[in-house]
Amino acid sequence: MSALQWVFIIASLITVGAAVMMVASHRMMHAALWLAVALLGVAVIFVTLEASFFAVVQLLVYIGAILILIVFAIMLTQRSTEAGSRLNSLAWGAAGVAGVIWTALTYVFIRWVVSGTPMQELGASFDDVVLLGKALVDAEGFAVPFEVASVLLLAALIGAVYIAFERKGEGS
Amino acid sequence: MIPLSWYLILSAALFSIGLFAVLARRHAIAILMGIELMLNAVNVNLLAFWHYWSQVKGAPQVNGMVFAAMIFVLAAAETAVALALIISAYRRHHTVVVDEMSLLKG
Amino acid sequence: MTAFWQDPITFLRLWLEGLLLSWGVPASWVLVIRFAVGALLLATAALLLVILQLWLERKLIGRIQDRLGPNRVGPWGLLQPIADVLKIFTKEHITPAGADRVPFNLAPVLSVAAALMVWAVIPFSATVMGADLNVGILYLLAVGALGELAIILAGWGSNNKYALLGALRTVAQLISYSVPMTLSALVPVMFSGSLHLNVITQAQEVWFVVLAPVPALIFLTASVAEVGRAPFDLPEAESELVAGYSVEYSGLKFGFFYVAEFLKAFTVSLIFAVLFLGGWRGPGAEAYPVLGFVYLMLKSGAVYLLMILFRGTLPRFRIDQVMDLNWKVFTPLALILLMVIALADYFLRGTFPFVRVLGLLGINGLAYVVLDRLLSSRERLRRRPVAQPVRPVARPENLITSSDAGGQA
Repeated sequence: MSALQWVFIIASLITVGAAVMMVASHRMMHAALWLAVALLGVAVIFVTLEASFFAVVQLLVYIGAILILIVFAIMLTQRSTEAGSRLNSLAWGAAGVAGVIWTALTYVFIRWVVSGTPMQELGASFDDVVLLGKALVDAEGFAVPFEVASVLLLAALIGAVYIAFERKGEGS
Repeated sequence: MIPLSWYLILSAALFSIGLFAVLARRHAIAILMGIELMLNAVNVNLLAFWHYWSQVKGAPQVNGMVFAAMIFVLAAAETAVALALIISAYRRHHTVVVDEMSLLKG
Repeated sequence: MTAFWQDPITFLRLWLEGLLLSWGVPASWVLVIRFAVGALLLATAALLLVILQLWLERKLIGRIQDRLGPNRVGPWGLLQPIADVLKIFTKEHITPAGADRVPFNLAPVLSVAAALMVWAVIPFSATVMGADLNVGILYLLAVGALGELAIILAGWGSNNKYALLGALRTVAQLISYSVPMTLSALVPVMFSGSLHLNVITQAQEVWFVVLAPVPALIFLTASVAEVGRAPFDLPEAESELVAGYSVEYSGLKFGFFYVAEFLKAFTVSLIFAVLFLGGWRGPGAEAYPVLGFVYLMLKSGAVYLLMILFRGTLPRFRIDQVMDLNWKVFTPLALILLMVIALADYFLRGTFPFVRVLGLLGINGLAYVVLDRLLSSRERLRRRPVAQPVRPVARPENLITSSDAGGQA
């Protein structure tokens, strides 16, 4: 086995392990930490796919923004988090559904001819960032989805501030 | 080198774990984390297929990358709104456990 | 093959690779070993640099404050940091009651790691660069996020009110200041057309600080705020928060935070030197890459001295002033400058280099003057004289007085 394969195996084991621990941990803060480990593992997986831009954006967006937001939310809602069971009554059914889905997908992937293709190196000559940047502002390409995404972000920003804003005189 | 199927199996595993978290956890923020995990699984899948398609075509393709970038945007927006909703609900009902938010059940 | 004295690091790297290949190690593993050795050496060098930095900073701050600074251990007190490190090694580790152990112990390590990870993508000379990453600048910003995570973990894990408050305040400051920092870091990206740090360095025929002085100033100030040094050292404002997020840490764990703070300070000067001061560029740096390393260190050392000067001479901001400065001054200014410089550079690019430099300088000067007028008019509005009773005033020239208003009465 090559070094790259070992990197992939170790990173994916860490990712999946951290994801399982995230689901299993009782304290929300620990769950958030395990989520951070899982997200870092996914970033390493992106590096093995030669998508270094997305690996870095994964760090920037998920760890830098989303995870910190989640941690803040956990701190703000601390009082109600310690009590009660962490799983609901559907847990066994949910585990069954998730297990069946994973087994079925894995079976399909192993049998599918295409998925046996080994990943070749794409070569260092191309610059995927330039390609992506040009596609995002190209009117023939993805300019409209790009603009719509920016509007979506703005709407989410304003909406989130409006929803979470504490209005005086409207007590519970 | 790494076969495509490894990435697909990993992504399926992450998706299933996320799905379990969404279905089974009682804490609203834990459900949100499950959703994040599922979105990440989708991204692994998209980028794996992007790499595969680029190597089939012999030149880097752009569609998969744009899809992945859109998912990042979507994840950020979704988290912001969801956390705002959770905090707002916590202010009114003093709970973040989804089973206990059952006002509409009567 | 280049000679050893031209480019020692590349020489050693090629020698190591040749040695490993001749032992029959497969090529992919040679790559792994090379990166591991490189990372180990780079991290060790960076951490050793901190020792020198500690001495320099204490000595200079001492001179600014009219003291001698460390002068007992070794010649000119040079061995003082080593004595400090030895002391910190022997101290007791205290874990506060009710602390969340995993985050509490993880935070100091993550804090140093986040500072060290930046060094991986810095082009130290024309040939030496840790990871040849084509999204270098984004990586720098992303690694900053890990530092934020470390601070949150420290504040949370300590189970201490002041630690949590300090951590929240620090993270608010870091997140806010990364906005103008990113916006002004986009200006070098725009000039060079790449996110790759080495390409940005090579594009600086004229240093970008000359082409874009105001974004450079914003970047420098924002990066001082990012590392939480004076005058932005609110995270550890003793009078308000005891010691911020590191209040419960003792011994080596506190030492980690301390080292991380100094390391981050040098790291941001390094980033500033790469982005705006031409990195390793200088006379003869292409032919003799060693010289490039020396130039880079001199440049970032100069920026670091400037930061020490800031620390020694400026008083601490209040938290509302910090946020005010960021959101009402830096962010709009950086945004407007980004657009104006993009437009101006588009039209000036075809002309003579001299005209381009003058044009961009003029635009920057104009932006600065307009900003200054706006700020001072706002200040005048705010500072309305308010009638207040006459209070006794102690001034150097009228210390002995009997009048309420002071003066020789």
